[in-house]
Amino acid sequence: MHESILIYRKHRYLKWALALAAVSAVIYLIDRPLGAPNGGTWLGYALGTAAGGLMLWLAWFGVRKRRYGVGKVPLEDWLSAHIYLGTALALIATLHSGFQLGLNIHSVLYVTMMITIISGMVGLYFYVSYPRLLTENRRGLSTEVMLGQIAELDRDVRQIAMATDDATNAMALKSTQDTILGGTALQQLRGFDEHCPTTLARQFVESSVSSQHDAQRRQLLTRLIRKEDLLKRIRRDVQLRCLLKVWLYVHVPFSIAALAALVTHVVTVFYYW
Amino acid sequence: MGDVYKIAIVGSGPGGLSAAAHAAKLGVRHVLLERTDHLSDTIYKYQKGKYVMSTPDVLPLRADVTFNAGKRETILDAWNKQIADVKANVRYNADVTAVNKDGEIFKIKLADGAVIEAEAVVLAIGLQGNLNKLRCEGAGLPLVQYQLDDPDEYEAETIVVIGAGDAGIENAIALSKQNTVIMVNRSSEFARIKQGNLSLITNAIEKGDIQCYFSAETHKIEEKAIILQTADGQARVACDRIIARLGAAAPRKFVESCGIKFPNEDRTSLPEVSPTYESNVPGLYIIGALGGYPLIKQAINQGFEVVEYILGNPIAPADQPLIERKFAGLKPATVEEVLAEIRDVIPVWHSLNPLQLREAMLDSEMHVLKTGATVFKRNDYTSSFFTVLRGTVGIQIDANDPKKMITLGPGAFFGEMGLISGRRRSATVVTVGDCVLFETPRRTMLKLIGSVDSLRRTLDQVAIMRQVQTHLAPGVPVADLMELVETAEIQKFKAGDVIFAQGDKGDHMHLIRSGSCTVSMRVGGKDVVLSYVPSGNYIGEMALLSDMPRSATVKAAHATETVCIKGESFKTLLERNAPLKASVEAKFRQRIKANEQMQKQPEAGSIIEFLIAQGVGEGTDVLLIDESLCVHCDNCEKACAETHGGISRLDREAGPTFATLHVPTSCRHCEHPHCMSDCPPNAIHRTPGGEVYIDDSCIGCGNCERNCPYKVIQLAYPPDEKFNIFSWLLFGKGPAPGEAMSYKSKNGRDDHGHSEKTKRAVKCDMCKGIPGGASCVRACPTGAALRVSPEEFMSVTTLSG
Repeated sequence: MHESILIYRKHRYLKWALALAAVSAVIYLIDRPLGAPNGGTWLGYALGTAAGGLMLWLAWFGVRKRRYGVGKVPLEDWLSAHIYLGTALALIATLHSGFQLGLNIHSVLYVTMMITIISGMVGLYFYVSYPRLLTENRRGLSTEVMLGQIAELDRDVRQIAMATDDATNAMALKSTQDTILGGTALQQLRGFDEHCPTTLARQFVESSVSSQHDAQRRQLLTRLIRKEDLLKRIRRDVQLRCLLKVWLYVHVPFSIAALAALVTHVVTVFYYW
Repeated sequence: MGDVYKIAIVGSGPGGLSAAAHAAKLGVRHVLLERTDHLSDTIYKYQKGKYVMSTPDVLPLRADVTFNAGKRETILDAWNKQIADVKANVRYNADVTAVNKDGEIFKIKLADGAVIEAEAVVLAIGLQGNLNKLRCEGAGLPLVQYQLDDPDEYEAETIVVIGAGDAGIENAIALSKQNTVIMVNRSSEFARIKQGNLSLITNAIEKGDIQCYFSAETHKIEEKAIILQTADGQARVACDRIIARLGAAAPRKFVESCGIKFPNEDRTSLPEVSPTYESNVPGLYIIGALGGYPLIKQAINQGFEVVEYILGNPIAPADQPLIERKFAGLKPATVEEVLAEIRDVIPVWHSLNPLQLREAMLDSEMHVLKTGATVFKRNDYTSSFFTVLRGTVGIQIDANDPKKMITLGPGAFFGEMGLISGRRRSATVVTVGDCVLFETPRRTMLKLIGSVDSLRRTLDQVAIMRQVQTHLAPGVPVADLMELVETAEIQKFKAGDVIFAQGDKGDHMHLIRSGSCTVSMRVGGKDVVLSYVPSGNYIGEMALLSDMPRSATVKAAHATETVCIKGESFKTLLERNAPLKASVEAKFRQRIKANEQMQKQPEAGSIIEFLIAQGVGEGTDVLLIDESLCVHCDNCEKACAETHGGISRLDREAGPTFATLHVPTSCRHCEHPHCMSDCPPNAIHRTPGGEVYIDDSCIGCGNCERNCPYKVIQLAYPPDEKFNIFSWLLFGKGPAPGEAMSYKSKNGRDDHGHSEKTKRAVKCDMCKGIPGGASCVRACPTGAALRVSPEEFMSVTTLSG
């Protein structure tokens, strides 16, 4: 029950996908069609039908995922099969084309489909590797708790800074007021902010703190260091969570485009028969 | 006033006004005397907007006034209208000072000097007209008050609330919204209050909303301050107002002056009345709280009945039709005959008085079963208690061989183990021959166990014997166990209590009958948890058998009850019984091995500790998330919302994490659910499969939400209409899949966007009724979500790390 999608049910769907790919490849290799292998032979039609069917079934995952409380098969089965059979699709569709690619409407289908598959693989890599990084980065704290701690630090910083000189006070206030988390998609994906007012304030205080009796400054520095660390972790958190989602912005639109191209491909093939 | 009334009713509370309404309806000459200028002064003085309960629910209302649970204002409005409609003869501002019998006629003196004459008098004065007052110096100062009508009237004041009963706490909580509130509690804790109020006040004190002086008494009251006598000496607390809620007692002087006798000198004692509510003075009747029936519905029914009795009609109690229907299967026996048979045949019920027995039977279910019927199955999650009136039942002690049975005849009881432990039923019970059984719900049993001492004792003795037979010494004859059971005693532990400590002398062992424990050992100056032991297991036999000091510390993981068995009697038993000795020795060896293994991986012990702190130990089915697999897609939450009318009962992100194991905010389906402990309409149930769910009778009072230590219950408005996924995708109709409702839509909501319907409590019901099991787990694409029960959660410890 409880295992990663890759090894799920003792690689059941990997075996299915391998079997499907192997059968397709073997038949392709023994088949001797008239002329070069292409989509128009009996094998071409068979592989094309299989690939088209697979595409429809793979796309259905988007609907199945949002149908809750129905169906006997858990979603993990669906996703595991989606991954392995989707990968097999790349081979089957290529065999269907007989390695003939050109500047035509049919290649549009091939390219959109391949982008979908590759983006899916990227997504899979993210899904397999980032959850652990996310958890490690949080060290048991939720985003909400971290934000709460930052708010508390800000209160301290404001209070302590009041007793310092104007320049320090201004830098500290800037840290409490102008620090930005999130922002645009790109900012979120970058995961850091080199102009972060908190970093600037920390650098400023750090350079001016001395071993003299300067309790305020030292207190301020420890608060700013703690805040900087929290900010770093939140930005990393945002970045990782963004990465977990961002690939879908490629995967989903291209899968819909591929479906449209599939319809065009089928219609044109039969129209010009 | 030369006229003589047939009935004079003193007091216009629920009982009095019901009596007046019925007398008016029947056209009997009557008068209702009320001290104040309005009806039902006690309820009139309830806190504004207070929700009035209509318990006991099973009792039907029989009266000429209506009464449904609801707001104080609604109830009073209805009564005022109904009393006016039946043209009851009410005399306001009639403060009765004396009731004297002159021959066959009662003379009732009023404070204004008037005298009213009546053939019969009904005293329905209750207790609240006679509030207990402070008796210290300065008690008469104007800053002291004994009631609170509208807490919103006060702002920015410092208010001292004296008395830690339900009324005091309700006042303090309401006042604390806009005032500084200080509570004075005579004892060191809050005892004898409703569970909901207990969590409210503890929360408020923890958060600092209310300050509380424990073990403190009022010493003196000054113009603007109160002086308290506390354990640490006197404390002066400056305040603007003092509200004392000290309960009420019978106005004994007045009642005695009417000629009525009290059974003893106890301050809380109440006069005795006959089954027709007549006191020792013929013609003088007592109903309601003064007669020992403090509930509103009971008083209303008595008002109706007392008028009938005075007119000479011997009507049956209001619950008669209900109990008749219950016993219909035993016809032609009458209700009285069946009740008498129950008392004679079943010793457990013998110690109840007729009224308690009647109430217990009203709550119970009667089963008339043919031979071979299954009463309950092994592994069912039910917790009701069964008694046998006629016939015989068989308990299948061996799960593999249904032929192996212990039989129980008339008068016996069974099912007490599920009642005590809250875990699955340990055996299947079938009928052997035709049977008549009574099934009493856990709630009713707990009430009785708490109030009837002899019932608890009878139950305990038999229960200990059966627990020993089931979990410790299966197959050993009862005679051999007698000595062990007689010297055994039941011990209770709170969460975190040490049952025994490493290094202690081991002269006894424990059989865990409810709750669970952790076993830990000091390794290198640190406590390492070695194992988790759920109920139905024994602990402490290692030191006992080896005559060595305790090798480990055992702590209660949460509220736990054990049967403590004396070492000597256990050793004698082992000597007499070779197979038992062999099985205990085998367990002993197994335990040493397991402990060794656990010491090698201390991180597994830390996970046990973490999970127990999260309440997993008392849960029966807990949702955990393996964060090394979770991609934060929230599909689990969406699935939950989609299958439960748009409101997710789980919050994935919230809740603590240890290593990569995350415990989201979601119901643990506790063995003894905290939420069930104080549900006024009894709307929270447990299915045989263990799921704890809330049914449609929820009134939205929020008790369960407050009582849940894991904060998994929320109050929510009923859901909006949903459209199918393509309508949402293509036309933007309705909320997205898994998205909570927006409260902006119009259907059935007022200007503020609130539902006209009240909020209801919602929680995880384990997708009861949806084939395939919990939607959250099934909708997890990566297999990160999993559900575990305590028996299997040890295996989870290998997940992490």
